[in-house]
Amino acid sequence: MTPKRKQKLFVILGLVSLAAIAVGLTLYALRSNINLFFSPIEIAAGDAPYERQIRAGGMVREGTVSRNPDSLDVEFTVTDYVEDLRVSYSGILPDLFREGQGVVVVGQLQQNGLFRADQVLARHDENYMPPEVADALEAAGYSPADFQTKAAKVAKRVEEREESEGASQY
Amino acid sequence: MQIQMIPEIGHFALVIALLLAMAQTLMPLAGASLRRPLLMAYARPMASGQFLFVAIAYAALTASYMLDDFSVLNVANNSNSMLPWYYKFSAVWGNHEGSVLLWSLMLAGWGFFAARYSRELPRDMVARVIGVLGAVCVGFLLFILITSNPFERILPNVPQDGADLNPLLQDIGLILHPPMLYMGYVGFSVVFAFAIAALLGGRLDAAWARWARPWTNLAWAFLTIGIALGSWWAYYELGWGGWWFWDPVENASLLPWLTGTALMHSLAVTEKRGSFKSWTLLLAITTFSLSLLGTFLVRSGVLTSVHAFANDPSRGFFILVLLGITVGLSLLIFALRAPRVSHKTSFNWLSRDALLLINNIMLVIITVTVLMGTVYPLLLDALDLGKISVGPPYFNALFVPLTVIMCIFMGLGPIARWKQTDARALVKRLWLAGVAALAIGIIMPFIFGNEWNAWVAIGLVTAMWIVLPMFRDIFEKTRHAPTRLAGLKKLSLAYWGMQLGHLGVAVTIIGVAVVSNYNIERNVRMSIGDSAQVAGYTFTMTELTSRRGANFLADRAVIEVQRDGSRRSFTMTPEKRLYIARGMPMTQVALRPGLFRDLYVAMGEDLGDNSWAMRVQYKPFVRWLWLGGLLMAGGGVLAVIDRRYRRLATSRDPEEEAATVAKPREATA
Repeated sequence: MTPKRKQKLFVILGLVSLAAIAVGLTLYALRSNINLFFSPIEIAAGDAPYERQIRAGGMVREGTVSRNPDSLDVEFTVTDYVEDLRVSYSGILPDLFREGQGVVVVGQLQQNGLFRADQVLARHDENYMPPEVADALEAAGYSPADFQTKAAKVAKRVEEREESEGASQY
Repeated sequence: MQIQMIPEIGHFALVIALLLAMAQTLMPLAGASLRRPLLMAYARPMASGQFLFVAIAYAALTASYMLDDFSVLNVANNSNSMLPWYYKFSAVWGNHEGSVLLWSLMLAGWGFFAARYSRELPRDMVARVIGVLGAVCVGFLLFILITSNPFERILPNVPQDGADLNPLLQDIGLILHPPMLYMGYVGFSVVFAFAIAALLGGRLDAAWARWARPWTNLAWAFLTIGIALGSWWAYYELGWGGWWFWDPVENASLLPWLTGTALMHSLAVTEKRGSFKSWTLLLAITTFSLSLLGTFLVRSGVLTSVHAFANDPSRGFFILVLLGITVGLSLLIFALRAPRVSHKTSFNWLSRDALLLINNIMLVIITVTVLMGTVYPLLLDALDLGKISVGPPYFNALFVPLTVIMCIFMGLGPIARWKQTDARALVKRLWLAGVAALAIGIIMPFIFGNEWNAWVAIGLVTAMWIVLPMFRDIFEKTRHAPTRLAGLKKLSLAYWGMQLGHLGVAVTIIGVAVVSNYNIERNVRMSIGDSAQVAGYTFTMTELTSRRGANFLADRAVIEVQRDGSRRSFTMTPEKRLYIARGMPMTQVALRPGLFRDLYVAMGEDLGDNSWAMRVQYKPFVRWLWLGGLLMAGGGVLAVIDRRYRRLATSRDPEEEAATVAKPREATA
């Protein structure tokens, strides 16, 4: 091998090994940071791992949102109308968090079946349904039309309830 | 009568624009390959005509919005008679159809200006550039006319009023952010067209690079501002105080920015040294393809986010086909033609050439990692392998160290010479800057922060390592001038552009490092009279009121803020608004901005019995993020207005050109 070729070989070897390291690190980082999605049915069936970051989602069951009066701790139930999942969260819920609407929660499933959420994601506008939730509900046997009418009914009931409670707001 | 016809006029103008774009593509490209001046001469008038008719269509849609013509579906879905006029004006691009129309308008606009400011280019080059741009226009106009017609009517049952614009979009951010971002995205089509034209014509010389550079810089500057504005908007509009979420849509804009940055640097080498030619072309193609990929991700409905307006699969499919054709065809042309334009020059492994090569490799690696994190979940989903999401930790774990490594070389680049640099001279000029950067970076967190933080220190060292050698370089460059001021004046605008751009990177790095690590956030339950202590400030809720806005009702809290040890206090008034037309709630953040810190108060939820969940944040140096973006864009613009690029850049014989660039020249940029 001529010195020039030798130099070229080193350069190429260097580049290849750099690329290999980069790809390896990327895949490693990817593996440890992906969050799988589970529906309440799957969690009830024991498919989801405990104490690992996962995502779950469904509809917020009507009348299950309870707040601790002294702090920002809140608990609510997420359902796909077959199985329920109890979720606890500490902090401020998004603007569009509503009973009877779809949400996605990110956090860890505890051994006692409680889901401790670090993040609660709701929709960006009123026509939006998280796609994972839509799929989970379809898997549970409900068509999109079904749960949209359900959501509308719940929203109406919630509105009526709020009106009767605090009509003096404005 | 005439007013009622406005949408039809717009629709018709689009069809004419499509026909003109087809002529703009076919005639000049055929003319260039057949060497027929008559056919090539079609290029400029067709480009102007197409721009005119797309502009008419765009004006027609805007008029429909301003006149509250709710018989137009698009207007009925996204506007409301109560909306202030400036939001009606910008609501045009606050939805899928309108934003694609804006996109096309800008595409035609870039084409028009490329045609206008290319008098000194060889005729066949102009013909090819305009022809390729025309082809892209054809794709997007077809997309609008077939899948996303903004002029669709709902007749005869015209609604009384519109459904209103999404409240999140009723903001100055909507007026500024999308046009800037699109100008950047679309602007890369010009350098893409230049690249394809060079491949088709088999000519790529220093003059070519000189023409392509200003267009690239300008597009890049727009994209930079667009991204910075988007981050700023998300910061105050979403009410969480986050400024970058590694959301796929944000990544979609970051990807072409990264390769665009690589392209700018690679073009510099192509111009000055005549090397990296095929690489430059490949980057130009990649950058524009990533812009299209961004459009696909945002517009196809495969992603759901605040940006995703439409969920019509036919649209996604159309853009995917468009993307496939663009990438496939341009890579095919590249594979067939690139060997003809490539040219070898030698350089030492310690030289500016090599450092720019490293910069390019790093940027490409970063692009690939971001791309993988963005597309991987989509691929798995498409292949039915499960639903996953890739969280910010993945991106941070890769992006941050890779950027730091890149910045180490970034400090060296502007100091090093083309072709080869004497290692000893380099060390001699830089050791002091290196030591100073280390010292400042390590000591500063003690002074500013509550506690020393390694990440902040790394960020500061990196930023100083970019800035200090820069000053040293300016110092050296002006040493031999009669006076310092005369020396400074002699430096070219392109040189100042580079320095300003690099300074911007350093400023952004400081902002990111400090705000990510010294940010303080507290979520508290507050009723009247309650107070919270955050970072040496006392926040006291003094009042809870409600008010009525133009199209919303709002709960408003009055918060009195007092800095510890200071007498003066000021008030902040966050609001929780309910937009009437959509019944949609929204958080209106109260901000107290400052160069060194922002105070941020947002109302969370009504907890009943007159108390609210409040989000109180202290954000040090957050403004530096966007300030850095502005500086970078300013650098790009400075380089564009450098006289060197406006001067008649005459093309020479490629061989002769290669011979002259092979000689080392005095380098300024």
